[in-house]
Amino acid sequence: MGSRVLPLGFLQAGQDAVIKKFNHGRGFCRRLTEMGFVRGARVRVVKNDIGGPLIVTTGDGRLAIGRGMAMRILVEEVEQQ
Amino acid sequence: METAQVINNEEMVLALAGNPNSGKTTVFNSLTGAHQHVGNWPGVTVEKKEGRFVAEGKVVRVIDLPGTYSLGAYSEDEAVARNYVLFEKPDVVINIVDATNLERNLYLTVQLLEMGVNVVLALNMYDELQTRQIKIDVTKLSELLGVPVVSTVATRNQGMKELVGRALQVAKAGNREPLKINYGKEIEPELVAIEQDILSVPELAARIDPRWLAVKVLEGDEGILEELEKYPGLEHLLDKRHEIVNRLENLWGEDVESLITELRYGFIGGVTKKSVKRSQTVEDRLSLSDKIDRVVTNRYLGIPIFLLAMWAAFQFTFKVGEPFVVGIEGFFEWFGAATGTWMVNVGAYGLLNSLIVDGIIGGLGAVLVFIPNIFLLFFAISLLEDSGYMARAAYIMDRFMHCLGLHGKSFIPLMIGFGCNVPAIMATRTLENKRDRLITILINPLMSCAARLPVYVLFAGAFFSAHQGLVIFSLYLLGLVLAILMGLVLKRFLFSGETSHFVMELPPYRIPTLKSTFIHMWERGSSFIRKAGTIIFIVVVLIWLLSNLPVGVEYASQESVLGRIGSFVAPVFGPAGFGNWEAATALIFGILAKEVVVGTLGVIYGAQEAGLTEVISQFWTPLSAYAFMVMTLIYIPCVAVIATIKRETNSWGWTFFAVGYSLVLGWLMAVLVYQVGSLFGFS
Repeated sequence: MGSRVLPLGFLQAGQDAVIKKFNHGRGFCRRLTEMGFVRGARVRVVKNDIGGPLIVTTGDGRLAIGRGMAMRILVEEVEQQ
Repeated sequence: METAQVINNEEMVLALAGNPNSGKTTVFNSLTGAHQHVGNWPGVTVEKKEGRFVAEGKVVRVIDLPGTYSLGAYSEDEAVARNYVLFEKPDVVINIVDATNLERNLYLTVQLLEMGVNVVLALNMYDELQTRQIKIDVTKLSELLGVPVVSTVATRNQGMKELVGRALQVAKAGNREPLKINYGKEIEPELVAIEQDILSVPELAARIDPRWLAVKVLEGDEGILEELEKYPGLEHLLDKRHEIVNRLENLWGEDVESLITELRYGFIGGVTKKSVKRSQTVEDRLSLSDKIDRVVTNRYLGIPIFLLAMWAAFQFTFKVGEPFVVGIEGFFEWFGAATGTWMVNVGAYGLLNSLIVDGIIGGLGAVLVFIPNIFLLFFAISLLEDSGYMARAAYIMDRFMHCLGLHGKSFIPLMIGFGCNVPAIMATRTLENKRDRLITILINPLMSCAARLPVYVLFAGAFFSAHQGLVIFSLYLLGLVLAILMGLVLKRFLFSGETSHFVMELPPYRIPTLKSTFIHMWERGSSFIRKAGTIIFIVVVLIWLLSNLPVGVEYASQESVLGRIGSFVAPVFGPAGFGNWEAATALIFGILAKEVVVGTLGVIYGAQEAGLTEVISQFWTPLSAYAFMVMTLIYIPCVAVIATIKRETNSWGWTFFAVGYSLVLGWLMAVLVYQVGSLFGFS
């Protein structure tokens, strides 16, 4: 097992993870959490190309997240269902 | 028993709330049809859409609240929606929810329920559930949330009758109990404590549910805290909150706001677990949209596809518009001549005749001729937006926007700027970061708006007729490039600071209904025409007046006031190749409204648009024409835009800056083009 905790930005497309923690300033979380990106939420990386924003999903709905933000969201990799 | 229906004079107020992309607008249009109108919420720059319909003998007023993901006070949109529900207390709120993205959509629902307002849930896009193999137990969902749930497919008008029926039912039934989410054993006692404080102010507790207020206080809702501090006995609330927050945050290492959000989602998760069944695994849920996105957002194909889409939009605008343009041209020519003749026959000639024929008909005609192009452009933009492609464009451009220190979200207002800079600048409201917003507003006028199109078409048609499309495209491209450069300059010299956060929903691709795209196009196009209609009409008459003063002067000659003004300014444009008074005059009036540039030239050269082309070719050279078009592209935005900039930035300083830099830049570029071009022997 031994899942590691790492920034979301490091995940490859197709990988699943659970949100663990935000390294953030105040306003950072708001938009994200409103969209369902809360601690404990399960996400999947849909697309992660170098330099661009990531496209992730919490199951339904696709969200584009800037790279800077993605590096501040710490997640734990999990096995795919 | 009376046979006629008695219309109850009581009006019922119905508000529509929901996420962006949930189909709320479709529902609004479906309910109100032609009986709608757009205004502004007082004090803010948020659009207010109202309408009405008649049901069960009652007049129902419908307010379309701004689409929001939440009801905090974090953006003007949210504040407007929240305050409306809180203070105006509509009889019922229809919450439109995207059934295929239930959890995220329910976040807003839960907040509405916590407010204790009457809600009916419209489970929209119900038809798409089947393709995704999702089953929602509507009865269970309704039971768990405590509100009626109606499944709808707004684009096909399914479920609307039932929705309205339930809404009216609920409205008549009176108030309901607010939803109480259990926030856990640490937070609950704090909430009770704050609630006690609020209960000590009876008139407040009577107005708004104390528990809801307590939750908001704990969340740190700035708008609410400000409001509450005004009440006697609650001044210490802010300090009290600080204390509680510190305690809780030390306990968890996470800020209270996020915690409350998590707990709300926890509640939502519980609800969906019991009412939603998915047969697909997360993996299978690769929908058609994702497959399309594989291509559209591909790192190599993304940009070429985007450019292709833009090119197609332009081709559509011009090619399809051409026959209409020719038609309108012909009409005005005929109309002008016929009216002139009729007036002479009726005995009205001289100044009056001239005013009507040369001034009004001539001026208006030169401008209205481009209405087909303008509407088609707005149609294309609406299509791109409604289909969901715009969000992808923003995603693709985000990479480049980063070079400007902006992000993809700034891209959409810039795109709209190609239609008209006024709604484009207003669209920057979605940018939460003030710095981003300001930069996007300031570079927006460089996005060549539809009003400058007549100028390009005139000159490009006269000198580059074979390559008209290409030349015009080059101007748009130039505008884009300059916008990027300006953005860089602004970022480096005027603003420094952290990059802001880019989070944007990529809605599933949807085929927009023709009806909704038309409505969108009509909304934007008709407001554009209304602006054109009033300002341009005034300006046209003004120009005519100045061309006829001082009395007795030859119409629109250099000796008239108009000509004098132009002659005074003209030398400035010498190095740019169009140092003649005619050009200068047209540019001056272009400040009032860009469309008028062509109209002014029309009046000065004494010709209708058709004849204008020939006249232009005599007095200008291809190079000076191009330089002139560059100047038109860049210099001062029109009065309407200047006013919008002032309103959205709330600063005369920045407004003057916008005016100033565009003048200087425009002149520099025009001169550059002409001088360099001359060097290459293009004269």
